[in-house]
Amino acid sequence: MGTADPGSLCQQSTFEELLGQLDDVLLDYAKVPGALIPVLQIAQTLFGYLPEEALRRISRALDKPYSEVAGVVGFYSFFTTVPRGRVMVRVCLGTACYVRGGKEVLAGLKNLLGVEVGETTPDRAFSLDVGRCFGACGLAPVIMIDDDVHQGVRPAQLSRLLEPYRQGAAADGSARRDQDS
Amino acid sequence: MTRQGKTNCKMVHLTINNAPVDVAEGTTILNAARQVGIRIPTLCHVERLKPVGACRICVVELDGVQNLAAACSMPVSEGLCVRTHSQRVREARRLVVELLLSEHDGQCQTCERREDCELQALSAELGVREVSYEGERTRRRLDSSTPALFRDSGKCIKCRRCVSVCSELQHVGALAAQGRGFETTIGPAFNRDLSSVACVQCGQCAAVCPVGAITERDQVDELWAAIDDPSKHVIVQTAPAIRAALGECFGYEPGTLVTGKMVAALRRLGVDAVFDTNFAADLTIMEEGSELLARLKRQLLDNQPGPLPLLTSCSPGWILYMEHFHADFLPHLSSCKSPQQMFGAVAKSYYAQQQGLRPEQVFVASIMPCTAKKYECQRPEMTSSGSQDVDVVLTTRELGKMIRAAGVEFHELPDESMDDPLGRSSGAADIFATTGGVCEAALRTVHEIVTGQPLPAENLHLTAVSGLSGIKEAALTIQGALPAWSFLEGVTVQVAVAHGLDNARQVLEQVRRGEKSYHFIEVMTCPGGCIGGAGQPRFTDDRVRQARMAAIYREDEGKSVRKSHENTAIQQLYQDFLGEPLGPRAHELLHTRYAPRDTLGKSESG
Ligand code: SF4
Ligand code: SF4
Ligand code: SF4
Ligand code: FES
Repeated sequence: MGTADPGSLCQQSTFEELLGQLDDVLLDYAKVPGALIPVLQIAQTLFGYLPEEALRRISRALDKPYSEVAGVVGFYSFFTTVPRGRVMVRVCLGTACYVRGGKEVLAGLKNLLGVEVGETTPDRAFSLDVGRCFGACGLAPVIMIDDDVHQGVRPAQLSRLLEPYRQGAAADGSARRDQDS
Repeated sequence: MTRQGKTNCKMVHLTINNAPVDVAEGTTILNAARQVGIRIPTLCHVERLKPVGACRICVVELDGVQNLAAACSMPVSEGLCVRTHSQRVREARRLVVELLLSEHDGQCQTCERREDCELQALSAELGVREVSYEGERTRRRLDSSTPALFRDSGKCIKCRRCVSVCSELQHVGALAAQGRGFETTIGPAFNRDLSSVACVQCGQCAAVCPVGAITERDQVDELWAAIDDPSKHVIVQTAPAIRAALGECFGYEPGTLVTGKMVAALRRLGVDAVFDTNFAADLTIMEEGSELLARLKRQLLDNQPGPLPLLTSCSPGWILYMEHFHADFLPHLSSCKSPQQMFGAVAKSYYAQQQGLRPEQVFVASIMPCTAKKYECQRPEMTSSGSQDVDVVLTTRELGKMIRAAGVEFHELPDESMDDPLGRSSGAADIFATTGGVCEAALRTVHEIVTGQPLPAENLHLTAVSGLSGIKEAALTIQGALPAWSFLEGVTVQVAVAHGLDNARQVLEQVRRGEKSYHFIEVMTCPGGCIGGAGQPRFTDDRVRQARMAAIYREDEGKSVRKSHENTAIQQLYQDFLGEPLGPRAHELLHTRYAPRDTLGKSESG
């Protein structure tokens, strides 16, 4: 998308600022036992994901081996080291959705966005993930786009379904990321 | 550091397999059982490190207690009745091993560990005949990214011994559990290659791994190829620690000295000359001793930073550790290359010249107790002779394999002696193999240079810095300094000795905080020093370390020359070739430099 240039410039300075904020947090937590998980949560809220530089600073400040920090990040599915897109697309793979076309919907989304499950599009507009039952089995298959539930989705509709979000994501730019924190 | 004297320890009485036993309070069931001659199998446990309690192979039955208890972490209590090998216990252990085998992706016949695999041994001990579970195999991922080590995740049984030694003993923390559930792997951050993280190549992970999941890189074939190449003049240097351990590969008791047989065996392999890293250890003392004196002079007489303390530089894992984690102390490191590298540089210059050979015709092989030496010889600075100064490094274990492959009956060999001149050495060089030895060797020479008198210590041994305590200290007041060294008269030289990198770190932190001040600090990467190196025959525990250490001191005491500066081959080398210690030629061949590295493993400059 056309936003790449100004967007990345803007993100650059934001990233530095966020690292500064992380350093402040780390000052408070440096000597606190059991601080690793809370600090990782804070960092993920700040950045939207856990960039390597943040993990490195956390490892240093808490005097924990980098391998151990990485191990904890990998242990909890809540943590991610992949930058999250501005819009989160989740496909239900609960039994009902799975048998009624969820699999095909997922394949369609992968194809449309050009990413695998757990990945983010290069322009950081969309992240793709799967879930287990969003409680709307009556009209399977179901997908969630951010907080909106879409029911009875057919692969052919996907492009049209995503379109409003695509525009929103482009307009929001990094402003939305700041709001998140 | 050690627990309080035994006298005021409360004793606890218990029975183990009907045998009464009294042990100090706080002892684990595992150690109590040893006292009645019973060995309980262990997998995750590592001597002296915090119990992990993860593998459950060490379970025992306690009277009146429903659940089986982990002997490695459970302390004894009064009146306890323990059964270590009841049927219930044996079955529980067999189940653990069966589960491990059901996931294990390895082939014993071709495995590096086929002769000393603990999983295989456990399976035999517990009489496992078949694996009744059809498990999914552990994912196999091979990592040959480092010069020293090879990792095969398919064989990993996730005991986490490597994690304990890397983080607790070495304070490096390159390895940890990654991922979760069945997908858990033990390795570097985010399952990257070992070369992309800060690992110091010490190999202590490989030394404790019970299976073939981490091993040294096998370079036996490279030495065979050089021996078979008629255009190569192949010479071998053997580190001082080999002679006290190689025998274990052939069934000798730990601590048996096999120097003569080792030399004979190497000749049977077909090498052109058998030399001694000890020769270069003596050379190291000449250079490092002179460097210490120069730094003392700068600091005490010229009032400039020495800088002191001077830190030893013989141990390549320690060098990497400093470059990765303590760059502020790099100016304190001695600029001396390690003895292995001094040997290579001298062999491909002085010795080659003597033999009328071009440097590249000489092939230098090292036999080392160490895996980090495999890495060290490939450092780009280690090419003073024009190309790589040391061509290939084999561990003690690899040499053992080679000797067997050559059909040499080690027991039957006569004792032979090393070749001249690079095979001549003093007793001071022998003790380089053990923690405290470099310090003692240096002081034997430095004291004599300064005062003209031998080191005032019983039998020349600085007992305060020998033995297995993690951190040791000694002080030596100079009396009767010769006129040239009068500024040292009455000065008390403070030294410290640390082995295992976490101990070294503690010493550095104390110096950094200004709590301690030393003139000289000796550091060896591996526990016990080189005798406990990661390339030594398995399994090295404190009992084995003690035995090898005693052998090394015996070797020293058996020599007629016990001070480096009295080694006539060294004197000749300076006279004919090097000039003065710290002189220009010595500098070019025997000294090196260091550069900070990123704590994540990437080079800071690159
Ligand atoms: S690690 Fe042990 S059990 Fe596994 S293949 Fe090697 S020898 Fe066999
Ligand atoms: S070689 Fe040493 S530093 Fe590297 S992973 Fe093994 S124990 Fe850790
Ligand atoms: S690599 Fe070896 S020591 Fe480390 S967890 Fe696996 S089996 Fe245990
Ligand atoms: S050795 Fe006791 S639990 Fe592993």
